Amino acid sequence: MKSSGKVVGVNGNMVTVEVAGTVQLNEVGYVLTEGKKLKSEIIRVNGDRVQMQVFEITKGIGIGDPVEFSKELLAVELGPGLLGQVYDGLQNPLPELAKKAGHFLERGFYLDPLPKDQMWEFTPVVKEGDTVAKADVIGSVPEGPFTHQVLVPFSLLDNYIVKSIKPKGSYTLKDTVAEVEDSKGNLIPLTMSFQWPVKKAVNCYAERLKPVEPMVTQVRLIDTFLPVAKGGTYCIPGPFGAGKTVLQQITSKFADVDIVIVAACGERAGEVVETLKEFPELLDPKTGRSLMERTIIICNTSSMPVASREASVYTAVTLAEYYRQMGLDVLLLADSTSRWAQAMREMSGRLEEIPGEEAFPAYLESTIAGFYERAGLVRLKDGRKGSVTIGGTVSPAGGNFEEPVTQATLKVVGAFHGLSRERSDARKYPAIHPIDSWSKYSGIIDPHKTEYAYNILFRANEIESMMKVVGEEGTSLQDFIQYQKGELLDAAYFQQNSFDPVDAAVSPDRQKYVFNLMMEILTAELDLSSKDEARSWFNQLRQLILDYNGSEWQCDGFKKLEGEIKKFIADKKIRVDEKAAALMAKN
Amino acid sequence: MRKVYSKIDSIVGNVITVKADGAKYGDLAEISTTYGDSLAEVIKLDDDNVSLQVFSGGRGISTGDEVRFLGHPMQVSFSDNLMGRIFSGSGEPRDNGPTLNENMIPIGGPSFNPANRIIPKNMIRTGIPMIDLFNTLVESQKLPIFSVSGEPYNDLLARIAMQAEVDMIILGGMGLKYDDYLFFKDTLEAGGAMSRTIMFVHTAADPIVECLQVPDVSLAVAEKFALQGKKVLVLLTDMTNFADAMKEIAITQEQVPSNRGYPGDLYSQLASRYEKAVDIAGSGSITILGVTTMPGDDVTHPVPDNTGYITEGQYYLKNGRIEPFGSLSRLKQQVNDKTRDDHRALMDGMIKLYASYKESLEKQSMGFNMSEWDTKLLKYGARFEAEMMDLSVNTPLEKALDNGWSIMAECFSPEETGLKSSLIEKFWPAERV
Repeated sequence: MKSSGKVVGVNGNMVTVEVAGTVQLNEVGYVLTEGKKLKSEIIRVNGDRVQMQVFEITKGIGIGDPVEFSKELLAVELGPGLLGQVYDGLQNPLPELAKKAGHFLERGFYLDPLPKDQMWEFTPVVKEGDTVAKADVIGSVPEGPFTHQVLVPFSLLDNYIVKSIKPKGSYTLKDTVAEVEDSKGNLIPLTMSFQWPVKKAVNCYAERLKPVEPMVTQVRLIDTFLPVAKGGTYCIPGPFGAGKTVLQQITSKFADVDIVIVAACGERAGEVVETLKEFPELLDPKTGRSLMERTIIICNTSSMPVASREASVYTAVTLAEYYRQMGLDVLLLADSTSRWAQAMREMSGRLEEIPGEEAFPAYLESTIAGFYERAGLVRLKDGRKGSVTIGGTVSPAGGNFEEPVTQATLKVVGAFHGLSRERSDARKYPAIHPIDSWSKYSGIIDPHKTEYAYNILFRANEIESMMKVVGEEGTSLQDFIQYQKGELLDAAYFQQNSFDPVDAAVSPDRQKYVFNLMMEILTAELDLSSKDEARSWFNQLRQLILDYNGSEWQCDGFKKLEGEIKKFIADKKIRVDEKAAALMAKN
Repeated sequence: MRKVYSKIDSIVGNVITVKADGAKYGDLAEISTTYGDSLAEVIKLDDDNVSLQVFSGGRGISTGDEVRFLGHPMQVSFSDNLMGRIFSGSGEPRDNGPTLNENMIPIGGPSFNPANRIIPKNMIRTGIPMIDLFNTLVESQKLPIFSVSGEPYNDLLARIAMQAEVDMIILGGMGLKYDDYLFFKDTLEAGGAMSRTIMFVHTAADPIVECLQVPDVSLAVAEKFALQGKKVLVLLTDMTNFADAMKEIAITQEQVPSNRGYPGDLYSQLASRYEKAVDIAGSGSITILGVTTMPGDDVTHPVPDNTGYITEGQYYLKNGRIEPFGSLSRLKQQVNDKTRDDHRALMDGMIKLYASYKESLEKQSMGFNMSEWDTKLLKYGARFEAEMMDLSVNTPLEKALDNGWSIMAECFSPEETGLKSSLIEKFWPAERV
């Protein structure tokens, strides 16, 4: 029996409702006002009064307006047809909405998340009499570049006997493709899609594994020095203007995964639109098909109601978990988790909860942890592996990493890519601070080598600070050369031109190759007799390597430049220190 | 006939509470007091207790005053008759012109479907080199001018209003000093721009609630004009006053404050205004330039900080100049490849040299020796500041670019500029000093 109620209070996007009947926390209800049904969620129950956050503008709601409860938690629909979609935080397909409702997002206008009339080529994999349980595959349909597996709904907790299964053929999401019987003899019809509550993690796998394999992003600084693992988590905090967005756009195009889900929880619509318009035009280098076919965009711009912004990361991660259940590698990019945390803060304030640090709710940390913990590399029941990697950007207030959201995130992620204002002001992109950032995952290059390179960078940094006090004239030639080596590593390897067609994305093979070339310079003792000579030598070398970085991998120009660079180095190289020589030998 | 309520239970600041039924969240009511009528807005419903925010403030309201609910939220009249007119935040004329009542439209409407947005692609020329050349303003962009009290940000806005190549200007003033209001009025009238301008002005002496209405009224009108195909530039000054008005009201209402006393929804509130900036396919556009004064020149203050995460860059006005380093136009990449071959290269090249100039300046102040290169940079920096950073000019982009080349040619040899040889061949001035 579904319950009903009526509005007894309105405050911002929160309404208080007097209920007749039973309700559950996080149950979805609809406030009926001005002929519209406004989707809402119960966030507090207090006797026969409940408080609901409304996912829409609340103007016009009055005392006594009826409320219908759904008996269901806030859920998404899972099934074929998700790929390539652009949804809002409540899984409304935005382009469809635009066709039906025009330029503006009229409230109370909800559409089916998945097309109900589209035909799918279904191939069964079970037969009558087979036993199945939740998340087992009963058949498959082709979806874009993938084989979409039709799964037993995750909410079916029993073991079931297949009573009937449709033969190979075309069906819609409305058609029953199988019937299964539970232990009590109840017959349950299955279609190709089903619902799952967004705030509950999907755990239909055999085992969670340690993420070990690198997820290549084709950003040199990340893959070589600050790697991310498939099934791992990372965060990118940074002040505004430091390049979070460009970094996410690059990653969403080039990351070595099957599916990318981009969740904008309260970001600039102008930036989301670039992704929206650009992705269908771009080709996935792996499949040669439109990038959009392997992408889902959850688009909640900053002007959409706060409650739907809060829902958007959950919607996104649930879709990610669904595809992981098919043995795929999924990357979820959440931009920005601070907006999501702010949405939590806003609702907490309305509920008049006792505020924690910077007025964030006391449960901020556990909520953030709970979200990132939904990432993971898993072994499925049939032995295949799948992964969800979560990369979240953080927009710390005042660009200060000490603030609660950044700190709570740092505790639970495996890699930290901190962006710095100084670097972005100096137009050094990506503006990830190479010294402050860290990663607990292993990358594509021998860590001893990267450590060697890192040490040079630390030393160069120290020398630079010293030079600011004593001037160039007070620095020894040897220190000055060390400093130049650090600068070269930064300018020619860390920095990458995201607008250059070649330099924007660098394959792991090329990264290894070019890194070895960098190591040749870093490990060499150089015959440079004055600071002026050193400066000019490094400047010329940098120019050569920048041109080299911009030329197509292994083309004639590339090889020619490489020859020039090697000769340029050889002319000044005296010897390589022993420790470094040993390192270099380990190729 | 709507019911009249004459029992006001409480008056706290600008908020009154009255027992009534049938009131809707966001609806307007009219209160008749001994000092005249005022509008009020329903901001909270709690059983039959209705909290109203009174536009003209709580002072002078008696518990026996009459409250009449109008049955609709805040609206504003929309027609071509608005052109050249000046109104208050609640839509009342400030210019002795007639009150407008026809074609009332709601304010604070739903947001634009992102799926229907188009990628911004047109430059808005302002004739100011620090904008056109270095941080191009793009149609549909939302940009704040970060500044400090005492800086000439209103002068800059007025200049942009007169020089910007758009169809019309909507100026929203919040907490303006009366002098500043007159300055805008006089400047736009004298410059001949008033006929294409509509002003919604809240001055510092007006009721604080009206301050909150200014952006919504301005943007609702802008949206209608944009849908009619007009290229609208909305100028908002000062958004910090807007945020402070929100803070004042939130605290009076005993809301749980967030950072530095601002309400928890500061980001959402600012965003829902700035996000009205849009370029509509096959129709017009809204571009928003707002002033955000930073208390204590502190960019990490909640208002500029939240703004920076919403807007597409910022102009940083300091010491009467748009600073090249703090300033950023995120959308300039969309347009500056179509202006002239040398635009992007010159933009980057000149800024890099200016950064080197700043280093030399620092070395000089620390007493280090000045090399020949340093001397050249010092000369360059001085000319750059004097000629490029001047905000009181109206120079077409092409002329500013030519001027950039001549400044460089008079300070450096071509290879010292770090610019591509092909560009130097094409643009380097023939005659040199």
